Amino acid sequence: MRPVYMVSGGISKFAKARPDRTFQAIVKESFDYAMKDAPDLTLDMIDASVASYFSDHFTRQLMAGIMCQDYLGLCPKPSRRVEGGGATGGLCFQSAWEMVASGRADVCIAYGFETMSHVNTWKGNEFIAHASDVSFDYPVGGFYSGYYAMMVVRHMQEFGTTPEQLAAVSVKNHCNAFHNPYAQKRMRLTIEDVRRSPMVAWPLTRLDICVMSDGAACCVLASEEMAKKLTDRPVYVRGVGAGTDAMRMADRPRDDVILLPTEKKSDYKGLKYPGVHSFRAGRTASKLAYKHAKITDPLKEIDFVELHDAYTSSEIQTYEDMGLCKYGEGGKFATSGATFMPNIDYGLKFPDKKKVGAIPVNPSGGLIACGHPVGATGLMQAVFAFWQLQGSVKKHLKDDTIQVKDAKVGAIHSHAGTGTYVTVSILERGF
Amino acid sequence: MAKKQNPDMNDPQDKMEETEEGTVLFNVPFPRDLKHLKDMSPIIIKQPYEIIYIHSYGQDSPFFAALANKRLISTKCPKCGYTYGTPRLHCMRCGAECDWFELPQEAKIHTFTICHFGSQAFLSQCPFILILVEWEGVNTLFLSRLVGADPAKASLEWVGRKVKARFVRNSKFAPTDVYFVFAD
Repeated sequence: MRPVYMVSGGISKFAKARPDRTFQAIVKESFDYAMKDAPDLTLDMIDASVASYFSDHFTRQLMAGIMCQDYLGLCPKPSRRVEGGGATGGLCFQSAWEMVASGRADVCIAYGFETMSHVNTWKGNEFIAHASDVSFDYPVGGFYSGYYAMMVVRHMQEFGTTPEQLAAVSVKNHCNAFHNPYAQKRMRLTIEDVRRSPMVAWPLTRLDICVMSDGAACCVLASEEMAKKLTDRPVYVRGVGAGTDAMRMADRPRDDVILLPTEKKSDYKGLKYPGVHSFRAGRTASKLAYKHAKITDPLKEIDFVELHDAYTSSEIQTYEDMGLCKYGEGGKFATSGATFMPNIDYGLKFPDKKKVGAIPVNPSGGLIACGHPVGATGLMQAVFAFWQLQGSVKKHLKDDTIQVKDAKVGAIHSHAGTGTYVTVSILERGF
Repeated sequence: MAKKQNPDMNDPQDKMEETEEGTVLFNVPFPRDLKHLKDMSPIIIKQPYEIIYIHSYGQDSPFFAALANKRLISTKCPKCGYTYGTPRLHCMRCGAECDWFELPQEAKIHTFTICHFGSQAFLSQCPFILILVEWEGVNTLFLSRLVGADPAKASLEWVGRKVKARFVRNSKFAPTDVYFVFAD
């Protein structure tokens, strides 16, 4: 495998509905932005692409990938669509990485989209719930927010996590997005606002849950030689990892924790893992990505994380899967301030000021505030991480409040419900 | 039928057959100058989409036959001993073919939630309670509904509470043919 670099990226403004454009034209917006940001890149230099969108139901169009390919003017170059629920974008990014790493392409584009406004929210919930076993799960009351609520109830029972700790994640991500013009929801909230918002699936309120969205994102990956030609601020893809778990939550085993180098078996006496409180796929993806990137202590060696916070609860569960804290400590970690931006006033008090901003998580605002146009989401995370590592947040967002100072290493984490496919990729400043 | 004189001439009878169902919009605005077309608002139409699937439960069919007989069954691996709360014919651990066994009708709540919102198909049932059911000595769980509990009184104390199975009188051959109620 040869080294792979990200050289450019683009995102369409995420919105509740984009009736003014079809999906191809929304992808084109993100693609054009990426092309413009790498002015030396021309269409003929692109060798291949990978397309990412989750649901044929939302699009009501099969083979939508090829329709983006032709709209972007990339035919007859090789392309394929990848799909893996909410992790579709992350899988797409890694597929494009493989195209370049293997030598099949010197420049490969990863583009993705979702247009979820074409049906009502409750019909959208139904479409999403079809990503659960249609014999045993969907007919019982298929609803993803319900599934994640059951997981966090078990997390609360097992570890003492509280709804207020979940709410702190919502406050953080919405407030970060206040400085991100690409985000769909830019709000300053209090813990009480989150808890008083309408209950969706106990204990998750509307403000604990991401929203459906129309949007697209695009990443340009290149070999070392091409990266040097295309930009003086490349970002190195230092490691990739992925994992899986059973579709039915009911089927998740209750065994021993898969340990990271920072953990010991004795840390988890009596803990049955992953059960429904943790994501074995997330832990496996992290472990493989860290091994590939030669990271032994993620909390010390990673400067920020863009992770899949479809729910405030899944952000907390993911802190643990990624080893930012130990299993069971996610709730406390969420309110420690470590995952907040050190320069923003969130209206919250943190116990130890020195720990604030140790590892900002979702400085972009994450899915909760940016929106979750599924096929675009994992690529959006890559673009935000790319801008962070380039130090170009101000250029792209016209505001540098959420620029992580001197960011050298970032992690992106993409997750499919209910923890079935997860990818983790480690990006590093390459200049 | 009279033969056409000139084969290239249109026959006035050659018209696409038109019907009048659906919404009809008369007089769609259109600019004189085509350069204004880029300012045009998008045309948004409704398109219905309905499908009837022929869904086979395949190797899981005995589970649904058991529900219709007010019995709960699942599978156990004869090779590694792994026991499933939701049946699967092949063991997820070792790949061996599993055998059917009868589950007790008393169990406990592993976790739960109250759905105040949901998918279109279940909106009219909100709020409803989802639970993952746990049996002693069974390695995996089962997704079901809890009926009869007050959604307003949801609390962590529900986790671990004993429940018992009840069955609908007229089987719909769905996993909701069984549901649970508090047994303590």
